[in-house]
Amino acid sequence: MYDTPASGKTAVTNEVKIAARKVNVFYGDTHAIKDVDVEIEDKTVTAFIGPSGCGKSTFLRCLNRMNDTIDICRVEGLIALDGEDIYAPSIDPVQLRAKVGMVFQKPNPFPKSIYENVAYGPKIHGMARTRAELDEIVERALRRGAIWDEVKDRLQEPGTGLSGGQQQRLCIARAVATEPEVLLMDEPCSALDPIATAQVEELIDELREQYSVVIVTHSMQQAARVSQKTAFFHLGNLVEFGETGQIFTNPHDPRTESYITGRIG
Amino acid sequence: MTLFAFLILFAAVVIGYILNLRAARAIRAGGTKLHSLDGFHGGFSALVTLVPTFFFIILWLMLQGTVIESMIKAGLPDGTLDGLGTGQVQLIMSEIRSIAGGRIFGTPEDWKLEAAERLVSLRSTSSLLLVVLTIALTAGLILLTRKTVRAEFRARQGVERIVLGLMVGCATVAIFVTIGIVGSLVFETYRFFEMVPFTDFLFGTSWEPQIPLREDQIAAKGAFGMLPVFLGTMVIATVAMVIAVPIGLFSAIYLHEFASPKIRAVIKPVLEILAGVPTVVYGFFAILVIAPAIRSFGTDLGLPIAPNTALAAGLVMGIMLVPFISSFADDALAAVPRSLRDGSLALGATQAETISKVLFPAAIPGIVGGILLAVSRAIGETMIVVMAAGLIAKMTINPLDSVTTVTVQIVTLLIGDTAFDSPKTLAAFALGMVLFVMTLIINIFALRIVRKYREIYD
Amino acid sequence: MTDQTSSGSFDWTGPEFTARLNKRKRSQIALKLAGLTAITIAFGMLFLLVASLISTGRHAFTQTFVQIEVFLDPAHIDSDEPNRGNYRQILTDTMVKLFPDVVDDRAELRKLTSMLSNGAQFSIRDSVVADPALIGQTVAVRVPVSDPYDQLNKGLIDRETPEANRRLKDDEIANFDLLKELGMVSKPLNRWLITNADSRFPELAGLKGAIIGSFYALMTCFLLSFPIGIGAAIYLEEFAPKNRVSDLIEININNLAAVPSVVFGLLALAVFLGWFGMPRSAPFVGGMTLALMTLPTIIIATRAALKAVPPSIREAALGVGASKHQVVFGHVLPLAMPGILTGTIIGLAQALGETAPLLLIGMNAFITSAPATPFDSSTALPTQIFIWADSPERGFVSRTSAAILVLLTFLIFMNAIAIFLRNKFERKW
Repeated sequence: MYDTPASGKTAVTNEVKIAARKVNVFYGDTHAIKDVDVEIEDKTVTAFIGPSGCGKSTFLRCLNRMNDTIDICRVEGLIALDGEDIYAPSIDPVQLRAKVGMVFQKPNPFPKSIYENVAYGPKIHGMARTRAELDEIVERALRRGAIWDEVKDRLQEPGTGLSGGQQQRLCIARAVATEPEVLLMDEPCSALDPIATAQVEELIDELREQYSVVIVTHSMQQAARVSQKTAFFHLGNLVEFGETGQIFTNPHDPRTESYITGRIG
Repeated sequence: MTLFAFLILFAAVVIGYILNLRAARAIRAGGTKLHSLDGFHGGFSALVTLVPTFFFIILWLMLQGTVIESMIKAGLPDGTLDGLGTGQVQLIMSEIRSIAGGRIFGTPEDWKLEAAERLVSLRSTSSLLLVVLTIALTAGLILLTRKTVRAEFRARQGVERIVLGLMVGCATVAIFVTIGIVGSLVFETYRFFEMVPFTDFLFGTSWEPQIPLREDQIAAKGAFGMLPVFLGTMVIATVAMVIAVPIGLFSAIYLHEFASPKIRAVIKPVLEILAGVPTVVYGFFAILVIAPAIRSFGTDLGLPIAPNTALAAGLVMGIMLVPFISSFADDALAAVPRSLRDGSLALGATQAETISKVLFPAAIPGIVGGILLAVSRAIGETMIVVMAAGLIAKMTINPLDSVTTVTVQIVTLLIGDTAFDSPKTLAAFALGMVLFVMTLIINIFALRIVRKYREIYD
Repeated sequence: MTDQTSSGSFDWTGPEFTARLNKRKRSQIALKLAGLTAITIAFGMLFLLVASLISTGRHAFTQTFVQIEVFLDPAHIDSDEPNRGNYRQILTDTMVKLFPDVVDDRAELRKLTSMLSNGAQFSIRDSVVADPALIGQTVAVRVPVSDPYDQLNKGLIDRETPEANRRLKDDEIANFDLLKELGMVSKPLNRWLITNADSRFPELAGLKGAIIGSFYALMTCFLLSFPIGIGAAIYLEEFAPKNRVSDLIEININNLAAVPSVVFGLLALAVFLGWFGMPRSAPFVGGMTLALMTLPTIIIATRAALKAVPPSIREAALGVGASKHQVVFGHVLPLAMPGILTGTIIGLAQALGETAPLLLIGMNAFITSAPATPFDSSTALPTQIFIWADSPERGFVSRTSAAILVLLTFLIFMNAIAIFLRNKFERKW
């Protein structure tokens, strides 16, 4: 499944979930992202590819305002989630991040039990009134994270005791537990072995049914396997954005072609 | 004369170095290839001369006083020292010493004058002997090393072996210090327990170390129960921790999570200043400002407040410990991987929730280790309590009362003249033993926690 | 998938969530405020400490003097033995001349002479001994007033307090005010604070003995702990095999660093004084004790500095055929020196403020002359502070604060050097 190009799967165009217009990001004096325009669709996997240092992770972290936690980072331009500017003063990053979940490069389960890891988000947001409701949310999230069967008998054991691939799926479960609308994944498989990678990629494909997924990856094969849309970043610019199949088989921009064929990066 | 001995040693080192250097050069000039550089041949001679002679002189200086003293004692007319206590013997000896130094008070007995004369002559003999022996020793060593200069002699290895030996010696100094501490504490404590029963000390509830001067005095016989002293220590340490832990932790949290790098760069060094202030200064601060403030506050409220409350001492000690705890907590929070913080924030947690639910629990072992080290400091802290806490041991846990601590008792028992045969003096060592063991256990425990914790995230 | 519809089913804008969000934000602010409060308390205490020291200590940096015309009556001084003269009587005569109304009442006379410091007679004696030709002449001298009058002049005695509770009675104050009106009273900088040794009289007490004692102790401490500390650190870091013995030494050093200072005092008392019979109160012995305490600090700092030198430098030197000793002493140690010096200065600064072990070896003795050698009895700055803090005379309060300010100045100076060294020479590899 996962090793066949996904280009054939996307016939329908979904509604736009996130729209970015003229986004510029500065780290101190460094101009990290330059005039990026992109539209991310619902129920679609969008891949950001490009050589390292091209700004793809930086841009991803703008989508849930994780860049706010870095003092010297400044974001300009418009990023709208369902038509609402997420950098507007009325928007609370806390609320935003519950709606836009994130999975990181390295699995980062909290040093708590598996159950507590998943229940963390729902608990702080007050999504469950009773213990039974919480149990239900945790089970649902773990099932969506495709890890329920592996951990259902040891929910009270520490999440850090799982294998790398399990930890990453636990982190995905933790992210979906708050019922986000968008899932951001920052090179989610770069710390995993090939088998765990395959499992996570399969899971990403399933998640597409409910969420808009944005994945940053430096593996072109992975982008080709899991995504329907691909954006190619280079030196802070969004060079090309389009159907994954088209980007990989018939890129319009010579830079994209050079990258795909292995001449830059 | 002592200086003279050191000068001879210095000269001998230089001579030995030059002699060997020249000898080596001569060999090289003769066309033979030497294993080591000329300088190493010189250095070898210098070190071989320096090290043993230096230690010989030090040893001589350390021992001569004791040896001469015992010779003087042995030379006193028979029976003079019979039946006298250590204190009286010391008194006689110091009188003899001051006569020898030319300070004569009143008209001393003839035998004292005689002894003083002997002391003077013994001292000059000893100095002379030291110089003569130094000359002999250095000359012998120079000759010995002069013979080693040969083409195949590995002077560099020789020098390096000596240097390594010296470094090993330096490293073992730390061990000797520990042995010295444990040895002296155990020895004096053992002598204390020969006079005062072990159980009386450990479980007694009354501490009155005043010893009657005469046999027939009606004054208290002296009681050595450490419990009230121990309790007082705990009361003050508790007050200190109640102040230091919240202030230290909240400062660390603010510094770590909320302060911008610029503000942090100002606050951190200022907090460190609090840690660098000598404790005697805190003690004076306690009696100058804090104690009067507490007293007048108490009088306003109509509370009975002792002049030197545990509260004043504990409060100031708490302030002293704030930077200690905050820097440990700051380090512990910084050691938690950034990915955990990101993970929590990405789920929509606020900074406060991230701190209290993720970072703090993850940092707990490091923080606990830091707090334990602070407790050990509070127990061992001396000057603040000596100046601001009381002297009378009471079985109370009221921080508004005046209590005494282990360190206060050690200092007050040992300030002034100390005779090593009175239970009063020895009691201080027994308390020192308690203090040492207590802090050691806490330290080992804390260091282990901190180290284990570091391993988790490294 | 058990639930297909749940995505987005939670009401992110409902009143319940909003209320909760506000509560969460409030607790965020509360935590921030708690942190700010904690830091404010710590800063406030530091401010209070410094402010109280300066406000009390500044009085000790000046001293009240009176300018008097003293007739050096030959009847009271024998020109052959000028140092045995009855200078007290000379001063009494001088005061009587100033206040002719005072009848020959002993109590009244004593009141008058008590205005002058006890040290006044000695300073006159010293000038006569220096120049015996002065005998029989009238000389103008400036002598210090005694502590209560000094306090009065500095406004530390409240004239409004009822006479019974005041240390100076109305007539005494009147006498002093008279002198003041005559322009005889001055309040110059008190250089005696630095140039005098200790005294029972606050107006005469100075820090010379304590500063010299501290200097000797610190030098001894440095000469012992610096070479031994570096030797131990180099061995442990560069040469020691990783075995149980070096582990033991390492644990030992870490624990020594945390042993209470008073325990080092006990060690010094039992071993240095008790077994080796070294002199009590000597700065040399104090320095040895401080060296034992500073040793772990220097070892730990040196090891850290050695560790910071990158292995590539060692490998490069080894690669050109240098022996391990040559690498360490020729390349690694010079590069680590700034870090080692920084650590050493910080350790010495700690040692300078250390009090308890010095008390136990008797460096709190009352000694009125500065030590000539490190083996003479002496006090040190922190023990002098302790002695003065313990003295009942009012004048010692400001003297204690002043002594602390002097000590803190030395500490700030030492730390500034350490910071300077670190900033100037620290390398990032």
